[in-house]
Amino acid sequence: MINDNILIVIAAYAISYGTPLLFAALGELLAERSGVLNLGVEGMMLIGAVSGFWGVQTIGGPSWLSLLAAIVVAALAAAATALIHAFLTISLRASQIVSGLALTIFAGATGLSSYIGHVANLGGKPARHEFDAINVLGLGNAPVIGPILLHQNALTYVSWVLVVLTLFYLYRTRPGLHLRAVGESPGTADAMGVNVTLYRYVHVLIGGALAGIGGAFFSLAITPGWLDGMTSGAGWIAIALVIFAFWRPELALVGAYLFGAFSSLAFTLQARQVHLPPEVFASLPYLMTIVVLVLVSTGWARRRLGAPASLGVPYVREER
Amino acid sequence: MIRIERRLTEARWLLVAVPVGSLIGAAVLSSIILLITGHDPIATWGRLLDGGFFASGAMSATLVSATPLLLTGLAAAAAFRMQIWNIGAEGQLYLGAIGASGIGIALKDQPALVIIPAMVVAGLITGAAWAAIPGVLRAYTRTNEIITSLMLNYVAGLLMSYLIFDSHSYWRDLSTFTARVFPQGKYLSVAASWPSFAIGGIVIPLGLVLGALAAAVLWLIYTGTRFGFEARVIGDSRAAAHYAGIRTRRKVVAVMALSGAFAGLGGASEIGDFRHVLDPRGLQQASYGYAGIVVAALARLNPFAVIVVSILLGGLSNAGFSLQGATFPAGLVGTLQGLILFCALAGELLVRYRIRLGGRARTGPQATEPNRVGVA
Repeated sequence: MINDNILIVIAAYAISYGTPLLFAALGELLAERSGVLNLGVEGMMLIGAVSGFWGVQTIGGPSWLSLLAAIVVAALAAAATALIHAFLTISLRASQIVSGLALTIFAGATGLSSYIGHVANLGGKPARHEFDAINVLGLGNAPVIGPILLHQNALTYVSWVLVVLTLFYLYRTRPGLHLRAVGESPGTADAMGVNVTLYRYVHVLIGGALAGIGGAFFSLAITPGWLDGMTSGAGWIAIALVIFAFWRPELALVGAYLFGAFSSLAFTLQARQVHLPPEVFASLPYLMTIVVLVLVSTGWARRRLGAPASLGVPYVREER
Repeated sequence: MIRIERRLTEARWLLVAVPVGSLIGAAVLSSIILLITGHDPIATWGRLLDGGFFASGAMSATLVSATPLLLTGLAAAAAFRMQIWNIGAEGQLYLGAIGASGIGIALKDQPALVIIPAMVVAGLITGAAWAAIPGVLRAYTRTNEIITSLMLNYVAGLLMSYLIFDSHSYWRDLSTFTARVFPQGKYLSVAASWPSFAIGGIVIPLGLVLGALAAAVLWLIYTGTRFGFEARVIGDSRAAAHYAGIRTRRKVVAVMALSGAFAGLGGASEIGDFRHVLDPRGLQQASYGYAGIVVAALARLNPFAVIVVSILLGGLSNAGFSLQGATFPAGLVGTLQGLILFCALAGELLVRYRIRLGGRARTGPQATEPNRVGVA
């Protein structure tokens, strides 16, 4: 059967493992486009994972409604977490780097996400509902493209729509133009009458919500259930992805699936009796993140073209 | 009308008030979280303080937890002062533990006077070498050191697991049948246990003494040497450093290595003072590396303040380990650490700006950027 071909299996898994990365990276991309670096993605994803799982366990109704509600809960909880970062960095002008790290410590594997999971007693329980693969148009068994593109779950298809929407928003709408202006030159945007503070708040919150959905993908689709620190570094890989993608949504999609492939490689090769220590496979996504970042960074001029010019710099009208 | 103005000079009284206020603010915020989740905040805080500081033997256990925090705090302070963001203290600590336990096993028949210095040196070197990787990448390929140093934490954790759980490595105990079925590391000889000093009923581990020495060394480097001066210039203004002809790249690698050496020493002290065996799960659960960032930020990167803050947060970690259970859910320690850091960041605003209610803006010469020592 052609669909059992190892490359096809890896590609299919690459898309499903890449989806949470894509959500988180798109969110981080929007926040960074407004000039705010948020290093708290890992923490926000873990909050999304735990609150999404809590949502699906506690909210009744048919499967689709319960899952939809869980995703909304995850997005709102992670956006609320992002609000802390927005307040500290935008209103109080704190260092974006330290505040983002604080967010990951606060919400992360030894922090609030773990606290919520233990208080609500979520560990070690099977999910009541999970996102199953949808057989689109009944073509899930079509050769090659069937298993890769037409047999994924609903969130993956949502993420594709999201990439298109983000592209349209950034390059074809007035708020998108304003957003880019805020990230490149907040002083100019301010003089044009754009509310810099509002734009930054809104996009940091959207970034949080998308990271939360990415986190919920782990607890509702990849490994339904909840574990301490279950995203294991995906949030950091998402931040690296934004750099790798030169702050462009369509490249974030490519990057997310590339890293999804590194994660799935581990999994697939092990299942196929390739005898190497499990740690070698497990460390692959982390090592490849470093390798890819080095490759992207050496083209220094190209990186300068991508990064929003005011990324990481607080905007203070009186001091401009 | 609320007006925020830049201060010309940092207010000195605030340098003490901000950390103290941060701890109080974090206590209040965490009490709200405890109340929402149905726990009695006063009882929880009582247990926390008792378990961390006042119960019999608690202070000695707290100092054991404070030792790695002190060293990872110094690691963060050393790098952050130069605006190099080494988030990899966690992994550098693991490597220090691997190095120190390796040399400890190799020298098992030697006297303490040989083993212990060898463990210290091994911890320093392995930690520095691991930190030099993101340092070199930062200096010579301009790769973001935040992400590379962090990615290496995961790799270091996996390396430790490999050495103990998935290989027949030098570190793993294979002497008995049980040890082959239930993997664990080789225990070090008795001579490899670091000495401790009892003062008035409180046991001070050797690692803490070395950490205090390291704090003094870091302070000397940054205030008394040309190297430290140049590193500070780079931290304050990279352009100025460039025009002054300071070799930025070498300094980046050197500061990263220095930072990693501190964290590696922290790992060596975990082996020598406390665990006496390479224990991947225990070291990963403690997450001392990330907590070091909180320590350094709260101490406003001052090496001597790092000592005090690490003992305070060490009490928190220690109480967290000993109390964990139904009435003291896991995750509370990290939540508290995060809250402390948020409050410290908000407090930075007060150090650098003054807040005025009403009135007209002050006229006169425009305030310029004051000398920034903090992290915000």
